[in-house]
Amino acid sequence: MSRFEPWSEERTVEIVSQHQALEGPLMPILHAIQHTFGHVPEEAIPLLARELNLSRAEVHGVVTFYHDFRRELAGKHVLKLCRAEACQSMGCERLVERAEDRLGIECGNTTADGRVTLEAVYCLGLCATAPSAMIDGRVVGRLDNNRLDQLLKEAQV
Amino acid sequence: MTLRVFVPRDAAAVAVGADEVAAALAAAAKKAGAKVHIVRNGSRGLLWLEPLVEIERDGARYGFGPVSVADVESLVKAGLFEGRPVSEIKHPLAIGIVDEHPYWKRQTRLTFARCGITDPVSLDDYLAHDGYKGLERALAIKPAEIVDEVAKSGLRGRGGAGFPTGIKWKTVHDTPMGQQKYIVCNADEGDSGTFADRMIMEGDPFLLVEGMTIAGIAVGATRGYIYLRSEYPYAEVALNQAIAAAKKAGYLGPSIAGSKHAFELEVRMGAGAYVCGEETSLLESLEGKRGLVRAKPPLPAHKGLFGQPTVINNVLSLCAVPYILAEGAKAYADYGMGRSRGTMPIQLAGNLKFGGLFETAFGITLGELVDDIGGGTLSGRPVKAVQVGGPLGAYFPRALFATPFDYEAFAAKDGLIGHAGVVVFDETANMAKQARFAFEFCSIESCGKCTPCRIGAMRGFETMDKVMAGEDTARNLAVIEDLCNTMKFGSLCALGGFTPYPVMSALTHFPEDFGRPARKLAAAAE
Repeated sequence: MSRFEPWSEERTVEIVSQHQALEGPLMPILHAIQHTFGHVPEEAIPLLARELNLSRAEVHGVVTFYHDFRRELAGKHVLKLCRAEACQSMGCERLVERAEDRLGIECGNTTADGRVTLEAVYCLGLCATAPSAMIDGRVVGRLDNNRLDQLLKEAQV
Repeated sequence: MTLRVFVPRDAAAVAVGADEVAAALAAAAKKAGAKVHIVRNGSRGLLWLEPLVEIERDGARYGFGPVSVADVESLVKAGLFEGRPVSEIKHPLAIGIVDEHPYWKRQTRLTFARCGITDPVSLDDYLAHDGYKGLERALAIKPAEIVDEVAKSGLRGRGGAGFPTGIKWKTVHDTPMGQQKYIVCNADEGDSGTFADRMIMEGDPFLLVEGMTIAGIAVGATRGYIYLRSEYPYAEVALNQAIAAAKKAGYLGPSIAGSKHAFELEVRMGAGAYVCGEETSLLESLEGKRGLVRAKPPLPAHKGLFGQPTVINNVLSLCAVPYILAEGAKAYADYGMGRSRGTMPIQLAGNLKFGGLFETAFGITLGELVDDIGGGTLSGRPVKAVQVGGPLGAYFPRALFATPFDYEAFAAKDGLIGHAGVVVFDETANMAKQARFAFEFCSIESCGKCTPCRIGAMRGFETMDKVMAGEDTARNLAVIEDLCNTMKFGSLCALGGFTPYPVMSALTHFPEDFGRPARKLAAAAE
């Protein structure tokens, strides 16, 4: 069972109307859409353009500019490993290699069974307890091989 | 009597098990029949001790850390919940009175005075610890006098650029009234090695709310936005709780604390674009557009958010304001050196024994921070390089450790203090790899508007691969230097413009990692 609702035009229009009174509503709307559907479906783009009186190119441009907005559903679990400097100084690259090896995918991809998406993140602000990670929105610090293996086990369920 | 036990809710503490420890303590207290109230405070910033559990006895707070769930049983056995003197609680994790800890005692906490002490989302706690004193004073004087006070304090933008905050405010103050003006807080703290914004937003969110409210009154702005990076979900929760409480108590809304001033505040989430930490890119993003950098002028102070006059300040700049108003500009300006006035919340991170937040007056040397306060590397190997100021900051070798923490002193050594993140690397670091990463990061995060950044970063990344493969090293390093020159002088913003700092500093101070002969020690100390 997916944690997300299936795509619905009606639901999208509802989300738009909830946010339309805001100044500069597009970003909050895109966040809400991703929160609801797990990604920003292609079908949402012309709809948003119509509702917000923008061109499709403008909406497409915004969706594709930001790393956070997904064009397709992620795996059941999302494991983000920080690869920024503070984590590098504590050997995060070895952990990335280990995770890639265990999952059989390169960073930025989802396992074939759709269980785990492995992504890089550039700084979680946990730089004094590095290396850090985030699994399904939960932060993890002082990562080592053992803790990483635990996370991978958790994610592969 | 109910015993107060403190377990931080700060993300750095949660990341190392604070939630689980809090739950275990609550369960143990229930089992022991002890009356215990667990306060989820902010972090004290002694991050190597997290989760740091504190108990309050006779007006003093005693710390234990780092506590894991497995330690809870032995802590309870040692007498954590019992009424006897704390000196009798013998436990290997005991650190004594936290206020007496040298790491805490050596600091000058003006901005972070409450962080770690109070319950971050309790307005009562905030008020009981001198909260809203700055606003009180701001409401008692004229807006122009508020601006003047901030100008006199010498406060400079804590985001990295170091531009005088008072001048920004005055520019917006002087634009005609009767139009919508905005206060925007840049909480897109993307630099690796920095976490002060996150800590203060999670540990004392009312402070930011108060700072922005004062800014609004000073310049005549009735609306404010906090643009928060999406990597900080815990800060989002704390800020929204604080904003709701402030609204309910009349500290936000149509009449601030019963005055004629109105101020509304909203948190907006970013979406993972590093470049949105650049102020004009951030404004574009707030407007719902791609985060493309704007050419300046016009300045945001004249034409900012939605083309209206806008004060855009970093979290720490706005958080310094309540103290400046409450205690006066002089009290703040008395700290510091040269043109760097006041205190800086310095973040010690990376491969360091005692990583954490260390707020102190400007002027402390890099060596003191790394060796003395930070305790050297966690790995125990010698320090090789220290990157100050995030991914766009220079790598400094030990030879430059005498450099005092000051905007101008760092600039004189071809570096920057930026947002005051200090990341320590031990001798296993390969500086050519770090230089390559600087280009790679810039190529991933470039907004793409200007050519030097968009193309230069990519070419630099590719060229570094050749250098690292030992391919035609001398010629390729000449290309690197040339690219850096173009990016530094030709880029629209600091992303492309400052990427040469880490690259060139790595090449200058650690040439041997690039296949160039090592510099003589005497020359390196120059």
